[in-house]
Amino acid sequence: MKYIKQFTIIIAISLLGEILNRIIPLPIPASIYGMTILFVLLCSGVLKLSAVKETGKFLIYSMPIMFIPPTVGLIESWTTMQEFLLALIVISLVSTIMVLAVAGHITQFIINNNKKKTGK
Amino acid sequence: MKEFIGCSVFWGIGATLIAYIIGLLLKKKFKLFIFNPLLVAITLCIALLAVTGIKYEDYNNGAQHISILLTPATVCLAIPLYEQLQLLRKNYIAILIGIASGVLTSGFTIFLMSLLFNLNHTQYVTLFPKSITTAIGIGLSQELDGYIAITVAAIMITGLFGNIAGDILCKILRIKNNVAQGIAVGTASHVMGTSKAMEMGAVQGAMSSLSVAVAGCMTVLSAILFENLI
Repeated sequence: MKYIKQFTIIIAISLLGEILNRIIPLPIPASIYGMTILFVLLCSGVLKLSAVKETGKFLIYSMPIMFIPPTVGLIESWTTMQEFLLALIVISLVSTIMVLAVAGHITQFIINNNKKKTGK
Repeated sequence: MKEFIGCSVFWGIGATLIAYIIGLLLKKKFKLFIFNPLLVAITLCIALLAVTGIKYEDYNNGAQHISILLTPATVCLAIPLYEQLQLLRKNYIAILIGIASGVLTSGFTIFLMSLLFNLNHTQYVTLFPKSITTAIGIGLSQELDGYIAITVAAIMITGLFGNIAGDILCKILRIKNNVAQGIAVGTASHVMGTSKAMEMGAVQGAMSSLSVAVAGCMTVLSAILFENLI
């Protein structure tokens, strides 16, 4: 019963996200609306953590599996990809490293700076 | 046999699950980063289709039912985020500036490298959404008139790379703070990277989840700035 209730709540919020995605003319997917809704519901106390916790954690834990089918689908667009495969791979890898480095270091720098200021 | 596979739902799901379990077992045994369960599973599935000649369409006929759960799973990323609410409140300025700097870096790097590779406008805008989650990326690519299939490919390559190397890159680049690690992995490699961040720790996972949502929205906004550079 507990898991069915949790799953129902999660699906209901996903549905709400889908509806918002349909009405609001922005390229924001249902999942991001849903994530925001769940976060607000938890923070405001409307939903208790125990109402979604176990099923939610199971879904998060299984998430990598859900990426497999669409990624395998890349073989379908192989011919279009070949045109600029080298650029595609190099740009993807280099920019990922750059973003990771800059976002990480700037966040780390500001946090460390704040710690110094508050004297911790 | 092939006819059966074409209309079987559980064949595709079963093959995907078994491939992932093999990936998990290999990782447990060898502990090498190249034995990333996701990478192993994808390679096995592609190899299986190539060897048997089964069409992707027939495989996906069943396998797509697993991917349907991606939206509810992404919704649930709010849970670890809520569990780290204190940390979020305390560091929100650092987090927002960190994510914004990552989004701008993504735009500039892709712009500069597109110049380097002599890409045309369509190819440039196709790659532009590569660091954000697929659902937002597809929408943005459509908006900018890119090749959607290739945008998806770039997003997958990025995510897979983050999933394989996120923790190693943090180590090499000396990003030691847990919050910063999560922001870095999530901003750079979206939901697929977040799966790795979850393994790195609860704080990293929560911060990475937040980055996926915020970086996705910021990238859509930043497209106005970058769109017409090439």
